[in-house]
Amino acid sequence: MSDLLNITDLSVSVGEKGILDGVNLKVGKGETHVIMGPNGAGKSTLGNAIMGNPNYEITNGKIEFKDEDITAVSVSERAKKGLFLSFQNPIEIPGISLSNFIKNAFDTKTGTRSKLWQFRKDLEKKMDVLNMDYSYADRDLNVGFSGGEKKKAEILQLLMLKPDLAILDETDSGLDVDAVRTVSNGVKDFHDTTDGALIIITHSTRILEALDIDYTHILVNGRIVKTGGPELVDEINKNGFEKYLEN
Amino acid sequence: MQEKTYVEDVDRSLYDFRNEVKDVYKVDEGLTEEIVRQISKEKNDPEWMAEFRLHSLEVYNKTPFPNWGPSIDGLNMDNIVTYIKPKDNKMHADWDEVPEEIKNTFERLGIPQAERESLAGVGAQYDSELVYHNVKKEVAEQGVIYTDLESAMHGEYGDMIKDHFMHLVPPTDHKFAALHGAVWSGGSFVYVPPGVTVEIPLQSYFRLNAPGAGQFEHTLIIVDEGADLHFIEGCSAPKYNIANLHAGCVELFVGKGARLRYSTIENWSKNMYNLNTKRATVAEGGKMEWVSGSFGSHTSFLYPMTILKGDNSKVEFTGITFAGEGQDLDTGMKVVHSGKNTASAVNTKSISKSGGKNTFRSSVVVNKNAKGAKSSVDCASLMLDNISKSDTIPAMDVRCDDTDIGHEAKIGRISDEAIFYLMSRGISEEEARAMIVSGFADNVSKELPLEYALEMNNLIRLEMVGSIG
Repeated sequence: MSDLLNITDLSVSVGEKGILDGVNLKVGKGETHVIMGPNGAGKSTLGNAIMGNPNYEITNGKIEFKDEDITAVSVSERAKKGLFLSFQNPIEIPGISLSNFIKNAFDTKTGTRSKLWQFRKDLEKKMDVLNMDYSYADRDLNVGFSGGEKKKAEILQLLMLKPDLAILDETDSGLDVDAVRTVSNGVKDFHDTTDGALIIITHSTRILEALDIDYTHILVNGRIVKTGGPELVDEINKNGFEKYLEN
Repeated sequence: MQEKTYVEDVDRSLYDFRNEVKDVYKVDEGLTEEIVRQISKEKNDPEWMAEFRLHSLEVYNKTPFPNWGPSIDGLNMDNIVTYIKPKDNKMHADWDEVPEEIKNTFERLGIPQAERESLAGVGAQYDSELVYHNVKKEVAEQGVIYTDLESAMHGEYGDMIKDHFMHLVPPTDHKFAALHGAVWSGGSFVYVPPGVTVEIPLQSYFRLNAPGAGQFEHTLIIVDEGADLHFIEGCSAPKYNIANLHAGCVELFVGKGARLRYSTIENWSKNMYNLNTKRATVAEGGKMEWVSGSFGSHTSFLYPMTILKGDNSKVEFTGITFAGEGQDLDTGMKVVHSGKNTASAVNTKSISKSGGKNTFRSSVVVNKNAKGAKSSVDCASLMLDNISKSDTIPAMDVRCDDTDIGHEAKIGRISDEAIFYLMSRGISEEEARAMIVSGFADNVSKELPLEYALEMNNLIRLEMVGSIG
């Protein structure tokens, strides 16, 4: 069976600086992958490159998604094909409500016009999963949201848009224990209710506790230096990255 | 037939159609005493007005052109025709009697439909003369006067007009005010008697059809004690390759405890020099609300001014400007706090793209007896590319210590990160840009009359789609 995502020998620069140096990664349908690594290893760069952020220049290699080379495909087309990136720092957009924004994105992706009341009902159901006050649905997208609410709003988008592959970029960073648990519940809901795959970028492990992990990758200096199963998370938890830095 | 009010998709062609200029009476180009006398005679001015025009001409000849702001070198006054009268210049109160061609013009702009659906009265000016003026019966029965200034000068409100006309904006104010005083023609006179609330808005629509012409309409509105009015002004013109000039004048008198909302949507073509003067004076406890959208013109000088004369009087100014290729829009506002406990709140947005230039100029003056004055000025600018320009020039002259004055200015560009964020949810680049720009304008566009707010969003959408290379 072919893979959902197939990254071959990917090198990426930001400005003049090379960040990723020959990354290979395969993700199958419904799988959960974790990418760990020290600060500056290139974890977020990988997420941005897969999503197609134009500030990240692909200098070598290719990205295939659903058997199609998407290396040169626009960001919005990638999203429509079923890719999703949860941002580390979600952007504030005044003048459009969270609810309207998600509906707009949902309708764009599905090519339909969803019924307003049905959409709202589904949205509120997912907001319940995330312990979100419904009033956030009518507030301008991320404007004045706390760090925790912004991350919840990202997961809410994930749950509504139901992508085939979601990349969560440091979704747990800067959150207190309760917020991490809530966000983690949201991710679990995505995992349980859809057959979407996950790439979870993190340098802590709290968000992973409730999830079944299929693969763990250690990214150091722009290269994947080790791939293993869920036990690798525990090992990193205990010993840190030191061992891999020496390699 | 296209209707301006409910179009899904607005484009300039809606405004750019032009009628052949034929069978009209017009004065020679340029400005001489002879021409001014001719206009006076044509319009059957009362004696005081004829003298006023000649006096204004003298002031005009003595006053230099402004030596600040955008360049007006492209404007040669010797080439401007100051008075053009349609062949049939009778003013009509019945739409069916308006000449076919002019009627079609306004039909295409959606004016009669708007009148039927959402307005209490409508005036329509074509080149120098009003061709139509009508006010709903219920409103007329309340004693509200809404008519052209020329006929009102000869009627029972003649003295009232004489006592107010260019008293707020005297010809000595600046060169184009003097020009206006000399050659003004058309416009509206509105009087709302004490205590009367006009429930739905009145609207005047100004259309300049002839090439190389000037439009100099005068709007005089008096809202008497405790009365309430919303007045909407719309302007457009087709595009020509030679300069057109608009030097209108708006004088607004807001009485004790009265409220006036004055909304303007200006969509002149991009060969227009828009040198318009607007001013309001507000009596005790009165409130003036300006809503201003400037999307058109080649060059604009526009700074509506409010004099808060009475104690506890207030002004709110909400404005948005959109400058595209070749446009230099110098806009802003002035407020003079004169009474005690007066308040001004200003909220403006400007958007520039494709090399367009926006300058926001504000002036807040607090006189020495204006104790308890409050003023907040908030202006934000968004530039959509690296060749567009935006500038803010605030001035404050505060002569009283018991005041609360604030000014905030923000200038920015659309961030690549924001575009990336929206696109990562499947939204196209064009749509993402339009979303950001509409969002930026949102709290101002909410203040525009509904059909204009829709039009503005369509305009933004259209301009944004065109801006992706």
